[in-house]
Amino acid sequence: MSGTEDILETARAWKAEGERVALATVVETWGSSPRPAGSRLAVTATGRLAGSVSGGCIEGAVADVAKQVMESGTPQLLDFGITDERAWEVGLACGGKLKVFVEPLA
Amino acid sequence: MTPELLDRLQQARATRRPVALLTRLPDGAQRLYPDEPISIALGDAAEAALRDDRAGPVTLEGETWFIHPQTPPPRLIVVGAVHVAQALVPMAAAVGLAVTIVDPRRAFATEERFAADATLVTDWPDDALAALKPDSRTAIVTLTHDPKLDDPALDTAIRSDAFYIGALGSRRTHAKRVDRLSEAGHGPEAIARIHAPVGLDIGAVTAPEIALSIIAQVVAARRGKLDGGRLA
Repeated sequence: MSGTEDILETARAWKAEGERVALATVVETWGSSPRPAGSRLAVTATGRLAGSVSGGCIEGAVADVAKQVMESGTPQLLDFGITDERAWEVGLACGGKLKVFVEPLA
Repeated sequence: MTPELLDRLQQARATRRPVALLTRLPDGAQRLYPDEPISIALGDAAEAALRDDRAGPVTLEGETWFIHPQTPPPRLIVVGAVHVAQALVPMAAAVGLAVTIVDPRRAFATEERFAADATLVTDWPDDALAALKPDSRTAIVTLTHDPKLDDPALDTAIRSDAFYIGALGSRRTHAKRVDRLSEAGHGPEAIARIHAPVGLDIGAVTAPEIALSIIAQVVAARRGKLDGGRLA
């Protein structure tokens, strides 16, 4: 992939700058989830983002959890998109479902 | 993920060595396949995931592991630092291909013409390709029109595992090229791997249009949508 696609390299560079960093990874999807398993998002405590775990629907929620994970040092496994009816609430308008694993880079 | 594991992942990437990152859910314990000892069943699952280049969870012996293949980035090797190559570089980078431009004519292969998005190699194409070791995640395109440069590159390319080989030139040019490669001892099946005239037939005229047709064909090959040079 091109440099901009190498989320881990970006995360490493941020870490080297002294940022606190968390990594979010799509681990499972059902239905019309926009990004496949393995898609990554890197987040810093200062709010920098690289990559994506959806089409933009859940990045905000994942970034919030990422900050908790940086604080606690404990990974979290997140479920998004329970039913089509509730999809708007959790931010997945497409009706897809996915699981996202969020871990500290530490 | 520890910074030390991240370094090892990036080291594997830099040397184009396929590895799989295994993460136990939900506690986040991690192993690197094939570098660290794991159960035989988990190793088999990791091997299958690497083969298919597909990430996903598996549950074995009551534990769920997320298997994440970290395969080397696909590459595009372009022989000929010509005008079409200049148009190809940014498009290739945009679709995630790492580009290497090969051209022994030093006036062509300059940083000024290609900025930082491509690696420039000024060796002869056969030497350059031998050193670059094209694998199943490599596409090769020849653009020089010059048999002195294109032929040695194609000779090496069709003996490699490259997932895509394309050669610029008209049908007439390609017919002569086929004759030369046949005389050099290559069989019809090997020669048929070369997509020529290169690129999907979108009526491309300008250099950027030709580059677009080439990139589209490379993507189609990578995604398993090419059948005899046409979209399947």
